[in-house]
Amino acid sequence: MKNIFKKRQDPLTDTQLLMTITICIFIGMYLFAMIIFGGGFLHAQQIFDLLNDNASLIIVSFGLTIVMIGGGIDISVGAVTSLVVMSCVLYLNSSGGNLFVAILLALGIGLAFGVVHGLLISYLEIQPFIVTLAGMFFARGMTTILSVNPQKADHAGFTALRDTQIVIPWLGYTAKNGNLVPARIELGVVVAILCLIVMFIVLKYVRLGRNFYALGGNQTSALMLGINVKRTRFLSYVLSGLLSGISGFVFMMHTGAGNATNAAGMEMNAIASSIIGGTLLTGGVGNIIGTFFGTMTLTTIKKIVVSSGLNDPWWQSITTGGMLCLFILLQSIVLGRRAKKK
Amino acid sequence: MQEAVLLQMRHIDKQFPGVKALSNVDFTLRKGEIHALMGENGAGKSTLIKILTGVYQLDGGEITVDGENVIIRSPQDAQNHGISTVYQEITLCPNLTVAENMFIGREGGAWVRHKAFEKRADEILTKLGIPARSTQQLGDCSLAVQQMVAIARAVDMKCKVLILDEPTSSLDDKEVKMLFDLMKDLKSQGVGIIFVTHFLEQVYEVSDRITVLRNGELVGEYPVQDLPQVQLVSKMIGKDLDELNALGESGEKKNENTEVLYEAEGLSSNEAKPFDFSIRKGEVNGFTGLLGSGRSECVRAIFGADKVNGGTVKIKGRQVRITRPIHAIKNGIGYLAEDRKRDGIIAELSVRENIILAMQVMNGIFKPISRSETEAFADEYIKVLNIKTASRETPVGSLSGGNQQKVILARWLLTHPDYLILDEPTRGIDVGTKLEIQKLVLKLAEEGVSVTFISSEIEEMLRTCSRLIVMRDRHIVGELKGDDLNQTQVMKTIAGGEA
Amino acid sequence: MKKKRLFSGGLGQLTIPFVAICLLVLFNVIRDLIMIFVLKTPDYISFFSIEITKNNIGNSVLSGNLISIINGASELAVLAIGMTLVTAACGGQDISVGAAAAIAGSVFVKVLKASGNINAGTVILAFLCACIVAMIFGAFNGTLVAVFKIQPMIATLILYTCGRSIAYWINGGATPTVESPIIEGIGRFIPGIPIPTPVLIVAVMLIVFKVLFRFTSLELFTQAVGINQSAARLNGINPTLIKLLSFILLGACVSVAGIIGVSRLGLINHETLLLDVEMDAILAVAIGGNSLGGGRFKISGSIIGAYVIQMLTITLYSMKVSSTDVKAYKAIVIVLLVVIGSPVFKEKFGRFMARRAASKVQAKGAEES
Repeated sequence: MKNIFKKRQDPLTDTQLLMTITICIFIGMYLFAMIIFGGGFLHAQQIFDLLNDNASLIIVSFGLTIVMIGGGIDISVGAVTSLVVMSCVLYLNSSGGNLFVAILLALGIGLAFGVVHGLLISYLEIQPFIVTLAGMFFARGMTTILSVNPQKADHAGFTALRDTQIVIPWLGYTAKNGNLVPARIELGVVVAILCLIVMFIVLKYVRLGRNFYALGGNQTSALMLGINVKRTRFLSYVLSGLLSGISGFVFMMHTGAGNATNAAGMEMNAIASSIIGGTLLTGGVGNIIGTFFGTMTLTTIKKIVVSSGLNDPWWQSITTGGMLCLFILLQSIVLGRRAKKK
Repeated sequence: MQEAVLLQMRHIDKQFPGVKALSNVDFTLRKGEIHALMGENGAGKSTLIKILTGVYQLDGGEITVDGENVIIRSPQDAQNHGISTVYQEITLCPNLTVAENMFIGREGGAWVRHKAFEKRADEILTKLGIPARSTQQLGDCSLAVQQMVAIARAVDMKCKVLILDEPTSSLDDKEVKMLFDLMKDLKSQGVGIIFVTHFLEQVYEVSDRITVLRNGELVGEYPVQDLPQVQLVSKMIGKDLDELNALGESGEKKNENTEVLYEAEGLSSNEAKPFDFSIRKGEVNGFTGLLGSGRSECVRAIFGADKVNGGTVKIKGRQVRITRPIHAIKNGIGYLAEDRKRDGIIAELSVRENIILAMQVMNGIFKPISRSETEAFADEYIKVLNIKTASRETPVGSLSGGNQQKVILARWLLTHPDYLILDEPTRGIDVGTKLEIQKLVLKLAEEGVSVTFISSEIEEMLRTCSRLIVMRDRHIVGELKGDDLNQTQVMKTIAGGEA
Repeated sequence: MKKKRLFSGGLGQLTIPFVAICLLVLFNVIRDLIMIFVLKTPDYISFFSIEITKNNIGNSVLSGNLISIINGASELAVLAIGMTLVTAACGGQDISVGAAAAIAGSVFVKVLKASGNINAGTVILAFLCACIVAMIFGAFNGTLVAVFKIQPMIATLILYTCGRSIAYWINGGATPTVESPIIEGIGRFIPGIPIPTPVLIVAVMLIVFKVLFRFTSLELFTQAVGINQSAARLNGINPTLIKLLSFILLGACVSVAGIIGVSRLGLINHETLLLDVEMDAILAVAIGGNSLGGGRFKISGSIIGAYVIQMLTITLYSMKVSSTDVKAYKAIVIVLLVVIGSPVFKEKFGRFMARRAASKVQAKGAEES
């Protein structure tokens, strides 16, 4: 019996294995939350809220995943997001602010950071950590140079865009007072899903995407297999920069205001999401869908911590740290065992 | 019968700073033949291969492929001319699938057509009889299959010349057989294969022709049936170090009756199969056998360099446990590793620091040797061993190979070992230094130090050792001493079988 | 001939930090001169002026920009010492030092509060407790790196994420103050000594490490492991132990830095204590001419690196750059430094110079003929 099913079944690749673990843990955790806490977790809106609040984190995590698959690291993503938010808000508030130009501005800033990082790391062979650290300093510094005080965007077109929500009545729930509360999804989530689809296709079906994997898997081999290693690495940082730009705009659509402390610590959350999602620290293994679930796992854990009455913010970061520790060790053990079995 | 000539290399010269790596070497490969390229370390095999694959540029000579003159500047050039190489270290990506590894870098378009590639990959795999599926992760396959996938990739790139550089060194017998079947199959399709290996049996199993190189020069090209194994060995090893004979037959090689210093029974490690071994005080013995025969693995097990799995070890009759290098050092064993760059020198540290390192470790971290003492030690050994260095504070990485080797020797001499293991101490260094090292070995033995000496050059070993342990295919196949210690006998034992 | 030796050989890896300091000094001298003689700004105080003033408890103490540079860089300098060791042994960096310092500081305050009155004995006890806790966390990071072979940056990401929360938990979310002449003595000035105490602590730490290197072979072993782990192992060194040890020593440095930080303010704020210091500490190591890939190291280089960073910061402050904007300028300086230091740039620049020299010779030859 068993043989019929198992016959031509290939064992999972490392990427698939780690992704499967993450998805299982996420589903298990969510079911656990539904059973134990009920309430909010039983409504679809709970998931949409997680998405609404974390759309920009999801997007930067994608960028980080790409860089990490290529064997690098980019710690500037949070700071760039923050700089994009501040720049766009100030631009929109200035006279003649145009929504379309603001989008271009966001993409342009992200792209500029990506290009500079890529050039320094790939063509001047400087350590990615130091380069993106400088990028992070620069972006944070520029944000406060632009404005130390929080700035609220009051551009008419933008507020309209910001308040646009997709309403799905049949996924809603009935509140205590008997009113139907429909499910709401922000536009940022749509952007994040679009990024998910595009980046998934890029990593899976576009030559460049597979080259990222080859680069992270074994750089020397990649060179021998006829891949332009420098250009591939350069492009991984450009993509990460671009995604940071998009993330900035999405962040702005969610908060509607620029603040120097926006997206503080986002880079570390993004790294954590990627790792939990099964991106291997040493490169070559990882997946956009895994990262998506990694981010969801991370944010769900935080939600669960809050729901269990541990309202102090410090509980969240302790559980995040614990999760991270667990997944790092899990990766190390799972892949170590696999290697030994051979 | 004269098959069509596929590849011809004529009068190839290659100069490296200070060394003539190849001089006036010819090599001819015909269509549909397996051509073994043989030679010991430093013979120039790998330089020749690297010229052919575009890693090095030739200094003189010419290469023709299918009768046309070609210039090969990069690995890409080589591939365009139909020359593909499969290296000992697999140059594929273990994290990708088999199909991806076969098609990456030559997709012909921006899109990866997984289905099409997998179908094509499965076709090739089936055709070549490679037991792998296109959707498997490469890292899950055995090394042999990985190697075959690399070959499959080369085949699909319509290669005319396939270079296999030590493809069998990490494969077991069954895997080797699979590989050979594949090679024979390719041969029948008209591919010319250059086969580099150090396993003699394998050469005779598949090759049609053998080219032997020695010290960067061509010894000759022979059809395989005209060159018995013993002759091959003698041609590879040669007798060209005449100037070394000035050393003469060294002394009496006495010490037959001194006490046994070191004794191992059934010693085995992750790398070495169980073996017995013993050495007397003041004795010089050697492990011999071709590269890859397991000689280095044995001494590494003695020193505790690889994970030791079993066996009992006695030093001066007392049972000791040596599972880590520090245990060996504390028991008076010193070990000069085969790979100087990887396991020997610490390149950025100074000559002084490199010399005192082992002694410092032996003293322990809390008893540092004072600066002035270390300087005195360094100066002493720089003088005694005649190490040519700008100063004792020069980083050791900037010294020449021979001087680096002397620094490591100094490191171990400083610990005043009872037993010194020298694995290929004379590899890749100039003749003068080789001579100095051999003299040193004999002097040490006279002073009562036991030495195990390993070298690819049998003459060197005959001059220094009073007993030779011969290994083949990871097993000890003989022990020679006294009258048996002569080149013919050694070669016979190495080559195995009746010659 | 001798002069050349001084710059190429003698200074060695300290070239970069010295050049950076010289440039900063030069910049400030020029600015001073312009402000005083060209613009004739009234009430302008030279960047380099050092004054003796009375502080609030009536001590005569030194003050001025230079003093605030070496004083303000104290925590960074202490952390840079430990970071240098970790970098050298593991070829990677610890990004959790800020969070770990917050933990150490919290433990310090907690013990002081618990023991009631603050006297020399309790301060020492509190210091020891903080030190041990920080070393345990160091050992945790070290185990992940040395035993589980996880990249240092990723391994320490765990503590970076949750360290400040652990600190929060230790004091129950409060930010208790500790007021005592002893604490003030540690964080500011000891009565009768005009030099800020943190500066003295850095000196003591430097001496402690110099003594450690003098009376053990830690320096040699660490470098050996960092340069060639395989060869070091074959020479009997235990690389796992050395790496672990480097993290534990970093833990000790972290506790000292945390205590300086706490004493300076007289309170523990787990959220702001030594915030973002990890990035500066890594930078100090890099500016100090140490390779971030491990191997050869110079503690003194890293300390000078820390002063360079602080001098840059204070110079920017004195030019009325706000404290939040400093980062942007710092980033530009970092990029310049690493670009100049990068091997590719050196090679290209060297080739360019060689070509210029060659063309000059050619031109000369042409002239002569």
